[in-house]
Amino acid sequence: MISLKINKTLCGAKGEMNLEVDLKIKQGEFLAISGESGAGKSTLLRILAGLEEAEGDVIVNGQNWRNFPVQKRQIGFVFQDFGLFENMSVEQNLLFVAKDRALAKELLEITQLRELKNRKPNTLSGGQKQRLALARAFMSRPKILLLDEPLSALNHKMRVELQKEIVKLHKRFGCTTLMVSHDASDIYRMASYVIVMELGKIIKEGTAKDVFSTNSSYLSGEILEVQKDIVVVLVGQQLVELKISNNKQFSVGDHIELESYLAF
Amino acid sequence: MHELFNTLLILDLAPFALSFKLATITTLILFVVTLPLAWILSQSKSKIKPIIESIVSLPLVLPPSVLGFYLLVAFSSFDLAFTFKGLVVASCFYSLPFMVQPLQGGFESLNKNMIESSYIAGKSKWITLFRVALPNIKPALMTALIITFAHTVGEFGVVLMIGGSIPDETRVASIAIYDLMNNLEYGKAHIYSAIMLVISFFVLLSVYIFNHKQFKGVHR
Repeated sequence: MISLKINKTLCGAKGEMNLEVDLKIKQGEFLAISGESGAGKSTLLRILAGLEEAEGDVIVNGQNWRNFPVQKRQIGFVFQDFGLFENMSVEQNLLFVAKDRALAKELLEITQLRELKNRKPNTLSGGQKQRLALARAFMSRPKILLLDEPLSALNHKMRVELQKEIVKLHKRFGCTTLMVSHDASDIYRMASYVIVMELGKIIKEGTAKDVFSTNSSYLSGEILEVQKDIVVVLVGQQLVELKISNNKQFSVGDHIELESYLAF
Repeated sequence: MHELFNTLLILDLAPFALSFKLATITTLILFVVTLPLAWILSQSKSKIKPIIESIVSLPLVLPPSVLGFYLLVAFSSFDLAFTFKGLVVASCFYSLPFMVQPLQGGFESLNKNMIESSYIAGKSKWITLFRVALPNIKPALMTALIITFAHTVGEFGVVLMIGGSIPDETRVASIAIYDLMNNLEYGKAHIYSAIMLVISFFVLLSVYIFNHKQFKGVHR
């Protein structure tokens, strides 16, 4: 069980704000943290990792982690920009964390990096780097895994593949996982619980369905193109062509609501 | 031409040997001593950091005579004035910023998350320095070592004040050229100066070629 009760003043793009989080996370849970940029999501992970200080307490399995050095926390962290050791090969990146060749071999297999084990990180593609960062995070057999937008900047196919790998590794190691993500599909597929943050506070929490469903049967979209009697609307990541049935005037950039029978 | 050839044959190379000996020792001492300092400065958010940085950079702006004067005062109680040891100590002060600044700049330009990943992996600050940070700042390391070496070879004012011109003890190449000019031996002064010019050029060229290759390697 992780119990977080923290307070920290942050200076963001929107000026000063107070990060105030009171949260309990069950052992083995996969928690997703969603919310606008600058809401304090990454800072929350960094405080839990011991990379930033904050007032309050972080209690993990009954042990207070205040003044507990980052080196002793036994966590895995996947940074948004990976933070790979550029001077080391793929395999050395893993073995630097722990001299456990069997585990390194297993992780390289799971993340499909075995063939690339002698390559340096700067020769890998974005997806391969992300896999390596993920494999490296598991080398310390972490009790807590922290993922800061681990699937951003990946195409859809790669994203779905990595979602499966993360879930597989999460189950294999049984670690409590906190993942920052903006993407509803990532969260829906992987997380068992979601919190939504805004300006340093938790404004909503529950399962992915609870948090992202809407009671109304309307979907909102943005008009990308207006033709004679047809508009092209972006709904989520889908482009929809709609016929205009009345004489209403639309412009590019307008936000409209579409009635749907399929919304939750 | 014949005269030039004869001059080259009997040229006393001891001042150059002394200059390179001084530069090698100074570079090694500065590297060992200032590596932890540069690392700590690069990671520090302390309020006294600007004060330490200012002290380190002082030799860049201080007239060599000021540094030489204070060192002479300090050396009076250690019997270091006009000795090779004294020159080494003086050179370490004089070339301090040329070692610290490139190293610190290299460490500061590293991906912060790479360093933090090492801490998260359970590694101490010192293991992180030697296994992660230092191997990833090769161009800055090369610049620091070579520029410190070259700058020490090219040192004049402080050396003159601290060491004087004692053959095989403190008479380094730059001092030898000064002596030759004072003795109106322009022929030899020309040769000594040309040697210094060529060496300095190739030292700098090697730094730029190395760094260019490293840059290309990273962005290939």
